[in-house]
Amino acid sequence: MFELVKGMGTTLKYMFEEPVTIQYPEQKREVRERYKGRHELKRYDNGLEKCIGCSLCAAACPADAIFVEAAENTDDQRYSPGERYARVYEINYLRCIFCGYCEDACPTEAIVLEGHYELSYTSRREAIFTKDQLIVPSPEGKPDTPQKVVPGVFTRSVPEMKDSL
Amino acid sequence: MELKTLIEVGIAALIKSGLLIGVLLTSFAYMTLAERKVVAWMQVRIGPNRAGPFGFFQPVADGIKLFLKEELIPAEADRVLFILAPIITVIPALVILAVVPFGPAIDICLPATLTVPFEWGACYKVPLAVSDVNVGILFITSVASVAVYGIVLAGWSSNNKYALLGGMRSSAQMVSYEISMGLAMVGPVLVAGSMSLQAITLSQEKLWNVVTQPIGAMVFLLAVLAEVNRAPFDMPEAEQELTAGYHTEYSGMKFALFFMAEYIKMVAVSAIATALFFGGYLGPFLNDVPSWLAGILGVIYFSAKTIFFLFCMLWIRATLPRLRYDQLMRFGWKVMLPLALASIVITAVFMAIAG
Repeated sequence: MFELVKGMGTTLKYMFEEPVTIQYPEQKREVRERYKGRHELKRYDNGLEKCIGCSLCAAACPADAIFVEAAENTDDQRYSPGERYARVYEINYLRCIFCGYCEDACPTEAIVLEGHYELSYTSRREAIFTKDQLIVPSPEGKPDTPQKVVPGVFTRSVPEMKDSL
Repeated sequence: MELKTLIEVGIAALIKSGLLIGVLLTSFAYMTLAERKVVAWMQVRIGPNRAGPFGFFQPVADGIKLFLKEELIPAEADRVLFILAPIITVIPALVILAVVPFGPAIDICLPATLTVPFEWGACYKVPLAVSDVNVGILFITSVASVAVYGIVLAGWSSNNKYALLGGMRSSAQMVSYEISMGLAMVGPVLVAGSMSLQAITLSQEKLWNVVTQPIGAMVFLLAVLAEVNRAPFDMPEAEQELTAGYHTEYSGMKFALFFMAEYIKMVAVSAIATALFFGGYLGPFLNDVPSWLAGILGVIYFSAKTIFFLFCMLWIRATLPRLRYDQLMRFGWKVMLPLALASIVITAVFMAIAG
């Protein structure tokens, strides 16, 4: 019987504690370090794209959400340091299940799941994100792709996996 | 009775009942908001705060939503009873408060220009109850019992066997706790020597009834929680999770009427509890100030005590889990009824000794 009164005392005590509510959208909670949100296509430090158009991510995707069409790089118009680049890269967010298998499959760490979670669209066409919506901008001071490079520098078909070349 | 007195009393009653209904409906609306916010704060979160500052317009939003919902009547249901059931449940809730005095009688003097053409008396002593019948307690118990009909009819006319079961269980619960409630109400009647609530309030001038009859007060407060189907006795409300419940087939305005009935009954029984056991509108300074100020002070004291009881009802709801149906019935018949009888016997013995 007395436990009832103790319980009521606990509830009353909680009434005066600060609430834990976060008032979204005015206040937002930080995402965790490995949070799986919307994808981003990364670049190297010199401005070239990391994606070499191998479509391993499309092969790994269990929901068949990624579409990749590759094209050859030339030294006049170089997009990525390898042999090919992704000319068309689309992710259909109506199919994507945010599992991160594409991130695990990528040989150059190009496709990465970042922390952006506010993804609402109003039509099915809007749900298909194209390459220009997914690629990150060039780092400060570096030229945007396509770049004109000195021939003979980028000869490997799959570049080394590091951030700066 | 003279026509003049009849008209005077009639106009006063009309104005008072209009005010009472207005206050009750507003308090019902803000009771729903208060419940959500108080229960939320007790659960370390904030209640609704988007529909206006501190959620002030949330009841308005809820009301608009319920108005605009589709009104469904099930195919094989008994149409007349289906529509009548919420009405039968709501009207007793509104009417119970007609006999409760909210404050001491105030002197109202009409301005001379108004009364001279009619040659009627200019000053009236207006009691602050809509109509203080001298069998007030009997009125309260009988009107409260009519509400049980509404629930049974709702369960029956829905043509749904689970709604029928829910209605039967709810009415059995209400009937068993009405007995303890009525017996607990006999204590203050013994002390005051009259069933009129005004007399009971005035008989507590020296000492509140809760001090002389603590068991009776506890029995009354718990029985009244079960009477309004409120936690932890809210089997009928919660049965939406388990089987059905008597208001399954209701939608829109009829459902709003059932909810209105419940919250208004909460307010009404809190008011009756303060009038019976906690001194009603009595408080300090009532006799030392002019009568209009005494009226306002009395209403403030009454409201403060009623609001305290409403807060306690919300507090209990936030804390205690629901009682199972057999636990509920066992509690009502084997614990509350003997305690209520014991309280009457003890009070009667004291009254006989003390005289």
